[in-house]
Amino acid sequence: MVKKKTTKKKTKTKTVSRIVVDKKRDALTKKKIEDFGSDVVDSSLSQREPSFEIPTRSVTNMKFNKKKRILEMGSNTQKRSLFNLGQSKKFMQSLLLAKGCRDLIDAQKTLSLRGMYYMSLHTIPGTKERTFHDQSESDTILEDLEVSLDGLREELHIFAKKRGTMVGNITVVDNGDEINCRKMGTGGYAIPSICEPNVMQFKNCDADFILHVEKDTVWSRFNEDRFWEKHNCILTEGSGQPPRGVRRILHRMHKELGLPVYCLLDCDPWGHYIYSVIKQGSINLAFESERMAIPDAKFMGIRAKDYERCDLTEDVKIDLNDRDITRAKQIAAYPWFKDKRDWQKEIKTMLRNGFKMEVESLITKDISYVTEEYVPARLKEGDFLD
Amino acid sequence: MAESQRDISVSEFFAKNRHLLGFDNPRKAMLTALKEAVDNALDATEEAGILPDILVHVLQLSETRFRITVKDNGPGILRSQIENIFGKLLYGSKFHRLKMSRGQQGIGISAAGMYGLMTTGKPVVIISKTGKKKPSHEVVLKIDTSKNRPTIVSDTEHPEDDQLFADGHGTQVAIELEGKYQKGRQSIDEYLEQTAIANPHAKITYITPTNETIVFPRVIDELPDEPKEIKPHPKGIELGTLIQMLERTEARQLGGFLTGDFCRIGPTKARELAKRAGMSGQTWVKTIGHTEAEKLYESIQSTRIIAPNTNCLVPIGSKALLAGLLKEVKAEFFAASTRPPSVYRGNPFQIEVAIAYGGGLSREDSAKVLRFANRVPLLYSQSSCCSFKAVAETSWKNYGLTQPKNSIPTGSLVVMIHMVSVWVPFTSESKEAIADYDEIRKEMKLALQECGRKLGTYMRRRKRMARESQRRSAFERYIGEISRCCHALTGTNTNKLYKALMKQAKRRTEEADSQLDDEGRVVDNGGKLRKDEDVIIVDEMKDLQMGGESLFENDKPTKKRRTSRKKKTMRKRRKK
Repeated sequence: MVKKKTTKKKTKTKTVSRIVVDKKRDALTKKKIEDFGSDVVDSSLSQREPSFEIPTRSVTNMKFNKKKRILEMGSNTQKRSLFNLGQSKKFMQSLLLAKGCRDLIDAQKTLSLRGMYYMSLHTIPGTKERTFHDQSESDTILEDLEVSLDGLREELHIFAKKRGTMVGNITVVDNGDEINCRKMGTGGYAIPSICEPNVMQFKNCDADFILHVEKDTVWSRFNEDRFWEKHNCILTEGSGQPPRGVRRILHRMHKELGLPVYCLLDCDPWGHYIYSVIKQGSINLAFESERMAIPDAKFMGIRAKDYERCDLTEDVKIDLNDRDITRAKQIAAYPWFKDKRDWQKEIKTMLRNGFKMEVESLITKDISYVTEEYVPARLKEGDFLD
Repeated sequence: MAESQRDISVSEFFAKNRHLLGFDNPRKAMLTALKEAVDNALDATEEAGILPDILVHVLQLSETRFRITVKDNGPGILRSQIENIFGKLLYGSKFHRLKMSRGQQGIGISAAGMYGLMTTGKPVVIISKTGKKKPSHEVVLKIDTSKNRPTIVSDTEHPEDDQLFADGHGTQVAIELEGKYQKGRQSIDEYLEQTAIANPHAKITYITPTNETIVFPRVIDELPDEPKEIKPHPKGIELGTLIQMLERTEARQLGGFLTGDFCRIGPTKARELAKRAGMSGQTWVKTIGHTEAEKLYESIQSTRIIAPNTNCLVPIGSKALLAGLLKEVKAEFFAASTRPPSVYRGNPFQIEVAIAYGGGLSREDSAKVLRFANRVPLLYSQSSCCSFKAVAETSWKNYGLTQPKNSIPTGSLVVMIHMVSVWVPFTSESKEAIADYDEIRKEMKLALQECGRKLGTYMRRRKRMARESQRRSAFERYIGEISRCCHALTGTNTNKLYKALMKQAKRRTEEADSQLDDEGRVVDNGGKLRKDEDVIIVDEMKDLQMGGESLFENDKPTKKRRTSRKKKTMRKRRKK
């Protein structure tokens, strides 16, 4: 769900001093990986069971920090040991991938998640078993490694498939290249998967706010209508659940440039959850919430009441199925939604309606209804869910 | 009694009753004749304290005619006794005494001889030698059926240096008779094989009608103890027998009769019994009529009398049982159990059970039940036998076997049940099935359960071992990868690491082995069973290499190889 990143060579940065910083960071990561190996060796040679601890990445080990208004990871850990039938393969895979990351650091190269899968894929000698069954297996193990080594993915020289687009009144410096986001044509600037300050800096920002939309179809509508120009904003899109790069860049622009973030998402539980991830952080990556969550982000729409408010036709209704209903109730029960009366009301209205609506449904009114009427009206009214 | 029987025409008696004695059809008749000869040979050698070495030769003369020759290394028979033993029906001491022995009625060998005479007209040929320095006698005799008296056809004396008996003494009997040879169940082959199981101290050499030689080797070099003869126990007799005993006793007074002719009655107990019957110890035996005898019988029934002495019983013993089973049955697990002696109707008896499981035994068929009484195999009337019912009533599911309702279990199991008693209660004179006494069945079930529990422990351990080895192989698969990774990360020697981890994997899977079993007891990795003297576990590989032919070997070697290959591919599939 949450992984993507642009290819970028961490080592090729602008200044001499930055290379030194990277080397330090790499050396630190390398040491962590090698320490992990040494632990296994030590316990093996002293006939103790080789094992390591992984912080639990599940909803039971999540805490909602009310003060910071973000999700944080609890202190629960899981033990992964070699001599446990259910864990021994995963244990072997963890070591294999750790070795892969160390080799990447040594080679001063980066790889995608899929590249990593292929790098560590082989048949175990003497058997017909392969080290990984499919990529999803290696992806999970890599996330485990990230949290247990307390190293970010980029520190392990791994990136995800990049997703997400940006356009607007801003110029960014990406790995030394200046990119004017006002002149990105119809395609927009592809947000890289790693948007750390050492790689990306902001320059010349004239925007007043950021509008984040759910997917590229909607984004194209806004771009084509030059919405960001008229309303002086930055327009981003995350192809559904926004990947780390998008969330990181939103966070940084919000924090460093003081831009408010408005979200235009579908009126369904999945849209609501995208908002929740942008605002508080995700359960899976709770350890990164501090660097990614935007507690002040606002939910602009689509609202359940828009069916009447915008006078939409029957045709746009999509019936809620059982899964939607279950998920909506789950979301309503999350601690960070539980105390928000507006949100409770919103979800209740949607459930009472019995249908969901996509952003594109506004096209039934007029091709550019969403850019010319809907969003400007909401901005004017200041009618957002928080 | 022997006198009164002399008056009956023996030929008439025999012609009418030969089905009762086990001569109903040619196949069974041949088996019965052989059985009587072998039983006699074993009894004779054992009583003389000689380890039996018996040669059985069945020669086919024509389609329906056979000559059975049985030679033993016993003490030999005095020339003067030969006629009586082989030529007279119902001669012998076995009928009246209470002593554990193979034969009971004293009909045996002479009946076989008579059957031969009736069907072929040929006499019985007996050669006997009583010592190295003595000549051997060859006697050919017929039975005069109307008088039950032997007629000597010829009598030859062979010189002292005759080489027929290697030990210098022994007896050989040859009977020609009408018969039928067919392998398989209830055959001569099966009888001899089972005899070998129950008599591991005997060496039996068998030359089959097809001229093959099968040797059942001796595996125990010790003779069983000589059983002691006992007097009847008062609780074990019926009113008629009591009256008969009163008529025949040499005692004059009741007290003397009770203490002298029964076991377990002393002067005090005799006085008590007499008093209860309204008599005294001084009452003259002659004055006791039918009414008094009946009172005496009742007083015996209502008085507590100590159970008979059981040292008259000589079981095969767990060790010898296992040795016997081990040499004839190809299985991987053997267990035996000998119950303490018990009593039915005043007769002491003892039950022994041995089981064999797995290995080369067929998996699909029902379990095989081998029944024995006083070391003699019982081949007929299985389902009416008490032992068969005991097997069916035991719940084998508890021990990891499948069992259809009200039936014996299925699977690769052989159950051997042996009853020893001074008087085995057969359901008929042909000695085919043991009568169903509650006391006997209870003892049988207890013995079966004892063995079953050991089997259950073994089965659970086997399952656990399979599980553990699966675990171990899973670990072992990944240990190589881990060692290489660690080597790459830390530079530690791959081999050293691999060995250390393998050692740990082994230890850990062994550790899991010795955890609690289903009954909550600590299982010390088979050590308990290994230490148990009543259990033998055969290494499966060793078992497969064992050659030779056996009635119990149902799995063809080719089939076995195929199944093991199948297993291997399945394992591979699972790995994927």
